[in-house]
Amino acid sequence: MAWQWFHRLGSPRWFYEKTQAWLPWLTAITLVLLVVGSIWGLAFAPADAKQGNSYRIIYIHVPAAFLALAGYYIMAISGAIGLIWKMKLPYMVMKSAAPIGAALTFVSLVTGSIWGKPTWGTWWEWDARITSMLILFFLYLGIMALQQAFHSRDTGDKASAILALVGTVNIPIIYKSVDWWYTLHQPATIKFVGESSIHPSMLYPLLIMVIAFYCFYALALLLYTRAEILRRESRTQWVNELVARQAGSVNHDIPVKGGSAV
Amino acid sequence: MTEVTVPGSAGGSATTFSMFWATLRRDLLLAIRNRAEMVNPLVFFLIAITMIPLGVSPETKTLAAIAPGLIWVMALLATLLSLDGLFRSDFEDGSLEQMLISPQPLYFTVLAKVMVHWLVTGLPLTLMSPLLGVMLALPSGGYGPLCITLLLGTASMSLIGAVGAALTVALRKGGLLLSLIVMPLYVPVLIFGASAVHNAVLGSVINSQIAVLGAFLALAIVLAPLAAAGALRVSSDG
Repeated sequence: MAWQWFHRLGSPRWFYEKTQAWLPWLTAITLVLLVVGSIWGLAFAPADAKQGNSYRIIYIHVPAAFLALAGYYIMAISGAIGLIWKMKLPYMVMKSAAPIGAALTFVSLVTGSIWGKPTWGTWWEWDARITSMLILFFLYLGIMALQQAFHSRDTGDKASAILALVGTVNIPIIYKSVDWWYTLHQPATIKFVGESSIHPSMLYPLLIMVIAFYCFYALALLLYTRAEILRRESRTQWVNELVARQAGSVNHDIPVKGGSAV
Repeated sequence: MTEVTVPGSAGGSATTFSMFWATLRRDLLLAIRNRAEMVNPLVFFLIAITMIPLGVSPETKTLAAIAPGLIWVMALLATLLSLDGLFRSDFEDGSLEQMLISPQPLYFTVLAKVMVHWLVTGLPLTLMSPLLGVMLALPSGGYGPLCITLLLGTASMSLIGAVGAALTVALRKGGLLLSLIVMPLYVPVLIFGASAVHNAVLGSVINSQIAVLGAFLALAIVLAPLAAAGALRVSSDG
C-alpha cells in the first residue's frame, strides 16, 4: 500500500493529471515568496558594514548556487531511479532537470562575477567555489550534449543517467580538490563574512529567498516535465484526447482567451 | 552464472581469468600491429609541447615556471585524443557484441582493455615526459615526481576516460563529445598531479599528493570498469 504511489509514478499520465492541481498553488507560493524575499532583501535589509549595498546580490547568488548543486543531485537520483526500476517518468524528470540546473549554475556564476567586481576588483577570480561551480556547469553541459547526441531517445536517457551518476561520485572529489588547490595556490585573504556570523536581519530574507528558489525550481521542473510528457506521449490516446478536448473548448468560446480549463 | 555455461564449478573462476588474459593479449597484439595509431598520441604530446616556447616565450625562467602544469595538461589532452579508439574498432567489427553476451563478467574485459590502453599510451607518455621536461627547462627536482605522478595519473585517466569512451562508442562523431564529458572528471587528477610536480620543484614534500593520486587510482580501478561496462551495455544497443 505504501508503495502504491511509487508504482503509480511509472505512469506519466498519472503524474500529468496529478500535478495539474498543484500548479496554481505552487505558482502562487513561489510568486509570493519571491516578491517578499526580494523586496525585503533588496530594500529593507540593512546595508553591509564593509560592502555597502553591493552585498545584496547575495539574495540571488546564494539561492541559485544552492539549487545548482541540489538540482544536480535531483537529476542524478531520478536518473538512477530510471536505471534501476526502468520507469519512463524519471528519465523525463532527469531530462527536464538538466537545462534548469545548467541555467541556475550559469546565474550563480554570472551573479558571482558581478559581485566580484566591486568587492574583489575583478570580474573573474580563480576562487575555489567559483571554479568548482564552473566545472559543475561543464558537467551539466556534457550531460545535455550526451542526451541529445543519440538517435534513440531511450539510449540517450540511459547514457546520460550513467554519466550523471559518474558525476555524482566525482562532485565531492572535484569540490575538495579545487578547494585544496585554491588554498595551496592563493592566500586565503579574500574571505567574506562567515555564513554563521551573518546578522539575522540579513539572514531571514536570505532564507526566504532560498525557499522561494526551491519552490521556483519545483515549479520549473514540473512545467518542463509536463511538457516533456506531452512530447514523448504524443502518440498515446490520452494525450490525443486531451488535445482534442482543449481544441474543442477553445473552439466553443473563441473570444475568451485562456478561458479553457487546462 | 558460471554453472550454466561451464559444466563443473571448478572451471568458473579459471574462465574469468583466462578471458582477462585473452583480452589483454589480443588487444596488445592489435596495438603492436597498428603501431602508427599507438605513436600518434606521443607525437601529439611532442608537437604540442614544442608549440609552447614558440607561442609563449623561449626564456628558461618563464618555461621552468609553467613546465609542470603544461606537461600535465598536454599529457591529459594526449590521453583524451587516444580514448576514442578504445572500444571503437571492437564496436565496428562486432566483437564488442560478443564480449557483451559472453558469460564472463564484463568488468574484467573492460579492465583488460583499459590496461592495454594505458600500456600503449599512458606508459609511453610517462617515459617520454622527462625528455619534454628538458625541452621546457624543468628544474632538476621535478623529474622523479613528474614520472611518478604521470604513472599514477595516466592510469586513472585511462580508467575514467573508458566510461566516456563506452558512452560515446555508438556515436559517429563521438570524439569531441567524449572530450567534453570526460574533461571535467579529470580535474582532480590534474590538480594533484601538477601541484605535486610544482611542489617538488619548490623543494617541499609531496607524499600526500602522491598518496591521493594513488587513492584516485584505487577508486578508479574499482568503480570505473563497472560504470564503463554499464555504459557499454546501454550505448551499444542504441
